[in-house]
Amino acid sequence: MALFRFVKRSEVNGKTSTKIRVIAILLALIASGIFILLLKENPISVYGSMIKGSFGDPYKVKQTMIKAIPLVITSLGISIAFKMQFWNIGGEGQIIMGAFCASGIALKFPSMPKPLLLILMVIGGIIGGGLWSLIPAFFKAKWKTNETIVTLMMNYIALKWVTYLQYGPWKDPKAMGFPKIANFSDNAVLPKLFGIHIGWVIALAMVVIVYIFMNKTKKGYEVSVLGESENTARYAGININKTIIIALFISGGLCGLTGMIQASAVSNTLSTEIAGGVGYTAIIVSWLSFLSAPAILLVSILFAALLQGGAFIQIVYGIPNAAALIIQAMILFFVLGSEFFVRYKLVIKKELTVEGGQE
Amino acid sequence: MALVISFLAAAVVAGTPLLFATLGEVITERAGNLNLGVEGMMLMGAVAGFTVGLTTKSVILALLAAMAAGAAGALIFAFLTITLRANHVVSGLTLTIFGSGVSTMLGKGLVGKVTPDNVKAFFSPVAIPGLSKIPFVGPIFFKQDPFVYLGYVLAILLGIYLYNTKAGLNLRAVGENPAAADAASINITLYKYIHVLLGGALCGLGGAYLSLVYVPAWQENVTAGRGWIAIALVIFSTWSPYKAIFGSYLFGGLDIIGFRLQGTNIHVSQYVFDMLPYLVTIIVLVVVSTRKNKKNAPPQGLGVPYFREER
Repeated sequence: MALFRFVKRSEVNGKTSTKIRVIAILLALIASGIFILLLKENPISVYGSMIKGSFGDPYKVKQTMIKAIPLVITSLGISIAFKMQFWNIGGEGQIIMGAFCASGIALKFPSMPKPLLLILMVIGGIIGGGLWSLIPAFFKAKWKTNETIVTLMMNYIALKWVTYLQYGPWKDPKAMGFPKIANFSDNAVLPKLFGIHIGWVIALAMVVIVYIFMNKTKKGYEVSVLGESENTARYAGININKTIIIALFISGGLCGLTGMIQASAVSNTLSTEIAGGVGYTAIIVSWLSFLSAPAILLVSILFAALLQGGAFIQIVYGIPNAAALIIQAMILFFVLGSEFFVRYKLVIKKELTVEGGQE
Repeated sequence: MALVISFLAAAVVAGTPLLFATLGEVITERAGNLNLGVEGMMLMGAVAGFTVGLTTKSVILALLAAMAAGAAGALIFAFLTITLRANHVVSGLTLTIFGSGVSTMLGKGLVGKVTPDNVKAFFSPVAIPGLSKIPFVGPIFFKQDPFVYLGYVLAILLGIYLYNTKAGLNLRAVGENPAAADAASINITLYKYIHVLLGGALCGLGGAYLSLVYVPAWQENVTAGRGWIAIALVIFSTWSPYKAIFGSYLFGGLDIIGFRLQGTNIHVSQYVFDMLPYLVTIIVLVVVSTRKNKKNAPPQGLGVPYFREER
């Protein structure tokens, strides 16, 4: 006979769920702290250094923001697909292909007037990422092909493609045999505003646009309905295939936009490191944000701080920055687990009276 | 001819880590749990097996450590998805991120280290008397290292378990229709836990094969997407351990074909061949999905959390 059991909460109380999630994150930090202890370091001073490393002075704050920009835009893209229960884990590849298209334009027209060239690169980036995600979207719409694996495989293909370019046809002859693609001309580099490249303005604009799209437009609503239940969507007369295709083009397009921004403003060229795991981190960010655009902005900044702080503790303590990856995963594990306690509550069974019956 | 045989024999070797991971995921999914953390569990197994192999020089301890590491990863997933009914897809993805973090972290001190000689010697090819003399087939399948043989045995044993034993029947029931299995008083939670953990242990072994035998030295991110290919192979082999053998070796072949063609008179960039396993995975998935029938369908309860109170 069980002494306790779980009962579904009749209504989910906003306050209770926030409380549970905060506790989950605290527990995750404690669990990560134990992990840091195992590495024979003091968790409190490591956490302290991480905060110092990410927000300690204006330069570090800038670095954190530069890391947050790709996370925000990519997570927004991923969240649209996830809302539809389309598991797009191909953000990484879509970033790469967006960067590839934007770079192609930048390298082909180095002396085009700056505004025109940048606009073309943005369009190229969006189309590159968007088309790359349309391939799995098409298969999913047509034959219900498992999109998780297809999007993931396409990450590897995109990566190999850029490797091929970097070592082959696009190799910079001026790099003295070093396998790298030529740097962009100044015209292809995004300008700065308040010391940070203008990608932050684009990211903020995208938060607003995606929020409006998902909450105020018919198409955005259709995406949500389709995610809830395909049958409901069908009864409501939603064109399922068209919705999948449009949503995925936007999803991949946003990732491609990230690729353009990273290539133009951060690395000034295309390389195999262009995506740098952002596509994967964005999955965690968008899930932790419950696929809501404003929350994505906040969580992205926190995760950027975690990455920046992770790089800092690598220098200070020699703790590999993979530690940041572990802490990220730990937080998500705890939040995933905590959802159970948001939906269900623990009821201690009193004596077997009214409910009666024997087990 | 000798070239073809040596290529096919190498394909079997390259396919062996895939086979272990695929078998692991087959039994995990048969229990109704879609664990996308294969890559992470393989990496955890790779680092644990290599570390223990390096420090103790014991083959058995290394393999046990790899299995334990894979199962530990699977335990996190099992607790989240079975006990706490969390989303399978996201839990598995997180496990992959976690596992790659753990392996990079613990592997920092292993960079440049190679597998100890006695372990290497243990895993050197052994010709099976009689069988290895069969023309063509012998040198491909029966002049291999013990790990490869373990792969054959495991696949066949799992096939028998799944299709010819009562426990296997129960397992399939749990994956297809947990509510019905529950009504037949099968302990759902226990079945799910055991098989998810066993699946993780097999993935861990697959990872250890890569680091200890296949490379055989420590290499960061040694799996390079093989965990994901294994998940695709589960679909390709329609959740059957027997077909997993064929699929794994086929993809083993694709994995090495680019390397093998170097130095021949076929001139295609190596990077194009490097894309091949991933490209063929997509093609296979698409082809499988166009031919829908009941026999090829995934277990019906796959990825759906089961909660008795909500039947």
